[in-house]
Amino acid sequence: MKILVGVKRVVDYAVKVRVGANGVELKNVKMSLNPFCEIAVEAAVRLKENKAASVSEVVALSIGPKQCQETLRTAMAMGCDRAIHIHTDLRGDYMELQSDSVAKLFQKVIEEKEKDVDLVLVGKQAIDSDCGQVGPMLAGYLNWPQATFAAKIDLDGDGLMVERETDQGTETIKIAKLPAVVSCDLRLNEPRYATLPNIMKAKKKKIDQFQADEFDVDLTAKNKVLEVFEPPARKEGITVDNVNQLIDKLKNEAGLLQ
Amino acid sequence: MLSRCKPRTLFKSAHAYRAFSSLLRSPITKDYAELVRRAPASIVVDDSKDLEKYNSDWTGQYKGNSRIVCRPQSTEEVASILEYCSREKIGIVPQAGNTGVVGGSIPINDEVILSVERLNEIHSFDDINGIIQCGAGCVLQTLQAKVANWNHLVPIDLGSKGTCMIGGNVATNAGGQYYYRFGSIHANIIGLEVVLPNGTILDLMSTNRKDNTGYDLKHLFVGAEGTLGVITKVALNCPRLPSARNVAFLACNSFESVCQTLSLAKEKLGEVLAAFEFMDKQVLDQVASEKTIPLTDGKKNHNFCILVETLGSDREHDMEKLESFLEQATDAGHVVDGILAQDTRQVSIWEIRESCNPIIKSKGYNYKYDISLPLSEYYSIVEEMRERLLPFKGDIVVANWGHVIDGNLHLNVITPGKFEVDIQIKNSIEPFIFEYVVAKGGSISAEHGLGQCKNNYLGKYAKSKAAVAVMRSLKDSFDPNGILNPQKFLPSSNSKN
Repeated sequence: MKILVGVKRVVDYAVKVRVGANGVELKNVKMSLNPFCEIAVEAAVRLKENKAASVSEVVALSIGPKQCQETLRTAMAMGCDRAIHIHTDLRGDYMELQSDSVAKLFQKVIEEKEKDVDLVLVGKQAIDSDCGQVGPMLAGYLNWPQATFAAKIDLDGDGLMVERETDQGTETIKIAKLPAVVSCDLRLNEPRYATLPNIMKAKKKKIDQFQADEFDVDLTAKNKVLEVFEPPARKEGITVDNVNQLIDKLKNEAGLLQ
Repeated sequence: MLSRCKPRTLFKSAHAYRAFSSLLRSPITKDYAELVRRAPASIVVDDSKDLEKYNSDWTGQYKGNSRIVCRPQSTEEVASILEYCSREKIGIVPQAGNTGVVGGSIPINDEVILSVERLNEIHSFDDINGIIQCGAGCVLQTLQAKVANWNHLVPIDLGSKGTCMIGGNVATNAGGQYYYRFGSIHANIIGLEVVLPNGTILDLMSTNRKDNTGYDLKHLFVGAEGTLGVITKVALNCPRLPSARNVAFLACNSFESVCQTLSLAKEKLGEVLAAFEFMDKQVLDQVASEKTIPLTDGKKNHNFCILVETLGSDREHDMEKLESFLEQATDAGHVVDGILAQDTRQVSIWEIRESCNPIIKSKGYNYKYDISLPLSEYYSIVEEMRERLLPFKGDIVVANWGHVIDGNLHLNVITPGKFEVDIQIKNSIEPFIFEYVVAKGGSISAEHGLGQCKNNYLGKYAKSKAAVAVMRSLKDSFDPNGILNPQKFLPSSNSKN
C-alpha cells in the first residue's frame, strides 16, 4: 500500500490573529503543522508500522512557500519516507489559493507523479481556512470512495472500515476496495513526538520540488472574499464576593434563575 | 513617650505559640470594626476556620489563627490599615497568592492578614519600552496573557502561575524557569509603590530603566518577604515575545551526562537557551502515576530527564542551533534519547515538569528543600541523603528536580502513603543538609525564601553575624514596632541566632 498524506503549514493554533488591510496578518506570525494534518501523518505512520497493512511507503505533500519544507521535515521526522513540495507564494488561507485548486493539484500529483497511490490521508480541515473541502473534492475528482471525519480506521480485506464522527453519533463506513480518500478527525489518534534519531534521519530524506504553475491547474480563486473582520470583543467577566452575589446576578442580571 | 504599660497579650488558645515581640498585641473586636471601616471589603469571621484558605498554605504545613482578612481596594486603604496597626501595635501578615512553601504568608498567631488580591488593576503597558505597570494583586498568568497580546512576555514563569500574584513574586524575589535567560526580579524591576509600616506611601514607580539618583530603595523590598513594607504596585520590564520557541525532552543515564549536556547547551545554543530543567528517576516514577512521560527506557523511566527550551527571534536560526546541539549531544553519548515537541505539545512537556511539586505533595509527607550548590556537588548530596535514610523502615523516596542551569535543586524526601511528619526522619535530614550545603558554599534557600520555616537558620547557615546585624537595624528602622510578618524572615526573638 502506498500512502499520500497532505500536510498544510498554517498559523499556529495558539496565535491571537490580527486582521489588517489584507485580511489576517501573516507577517512574523508563528506558523506550524496543521493539527489535523499531524493526526493524518500519525495515522499513516501507524499503518506503516502495522505489518498487516503492507505499506511500501508514506509520502507527504505540501503546497505553499519555501517554509513548507520545515513542515515536511516534521512530517518525515514523524515517519514519512519522503516528501513533495509544490511551491507557490499564493496565500493558502482562502484569500488566494482555495480548496478547488488544492484538490486539483493533489489530483495531478496522483495522476502524473505518484501513479500508484492507494490511500490519501488528509486532516479534516485546516485551522486557517476551516473549509474541510479538499478531502471530499479530491475524492470527487479522482472518482474514489471517501470517508471523512475518521475517528477510527481499520483494515478490512482489500478496503477499510472507517468510523466517522457526526453530530448524531458514530457512523461506520465500509470502503470495499482501495484506493480511497480519508480525512482525519481529532479523536483518531494522538500524534507522536518527533524523536531525535528520526529528526536527524529526516534531514537526509528527499523532498521533490515543483512549482504550482507547472501543473495544468487553474490557481485563481473561485470565490471572492468580500470582507475579513474580527468578531466583536467579548466583555470581560467580573468576580463576585460570595454565593449570594452570584445568585443575585444570575437571577436579576442574567435572568437565568427563577 | 515610650509607653510603660504592661504588654497586653490576649492569646486565647492553649496552643504553644511562638512568643511575639512584647510590643505586639492581639486584635480585639474594636480593632476589627475599625479595620473594616478603613477597608470595607475586609472579611471578619467568628471562627478562623472560615478563613481557611487565607490561614493555611497549600503544603498543609502551616496554619494560622487569624480572624480577619483585610482586602484593601486601593493603596490609600493599605496605608490606612498599616497606619492603624502600627499605632495600635497589631501584627500584620501581607498575603498575595499564598503559594509560598516556607509559611511566609501564613499568620503564626492571630495577626491581621492583609491580602492584596483586590489591587489587581493593570495600569498601563508601554509596548515600545516593554514596561508593565500593575497592582500587586495581579495573578501572574493573567499578566502573561495580557502582555502576550502586545507581543511581550513577563520575565518570570513558575508552576504556580495560575494562582501566584506579582506582588508576592516581587516580595519573594521569585526565581522560576526563566531565571537564566531573563534574570532575577532584581534585574527586571523598574519601579515599585510600597506602603511603609507607619502608613507612608513610598512612590518609587518609574518608567526609566536607567536612573542613578540616590539609594535604589526598591531593591530593598524585592525579596524582603513583606517585612519592610507592603508592595502595592509594580513596574516590571517585559522582554519581547520571541517568535520561535522549541522544547526538547531528553534522557540521560548519569548526572555527569546531564552536566555535559548543560555545558554543550550553553555553548551551542548560546543566546537562545532559555530554560534547562532536570528531573531524576525517583520524581519521574511519581509523576508517571498521573501523567504520561513521553520518553521511557522500555517499561522504566530514564535515570534523568532534561527539558531544554530555546526562545529566539528567528525560527530557522534557532532550529539550526538546536539540531547541531542535539546531534552533538547524541553523538557524544551524553543524551541517549530525546524528543522535540511540535508547537501544540510544548505545553504538555512543561506540564510534566511543573506537576512535580503538586504530584509529590499528594503522595505523602514532603520534607522539602530548595538548595543552591555548585554543579560538581549538585547530585552528590542526593546520594548521601539516600544513604543516610537507608536505616529507616518503610518507604522513603528522595525525589529531585530543579533549575539545574542555576545550580538550584529541589530535593524532596517523601514517605509515600504516610502524611504525618516523622521527627526521626526530619532529624536525620536536618541539620545535615544545611551543614553540607554550607560546607560546599551553597545556599540553604535558593529561591523559596525564609518565611517562618528557615528564618532561624539565617545567622547559623546563611549570613554572617555582621550581615544579620545590619539586616536587623534596617528592619528596626523601617518597622520599629515590628508589625510586619513578626517572627519571620529574620531569626525569631527566642532563637539564639
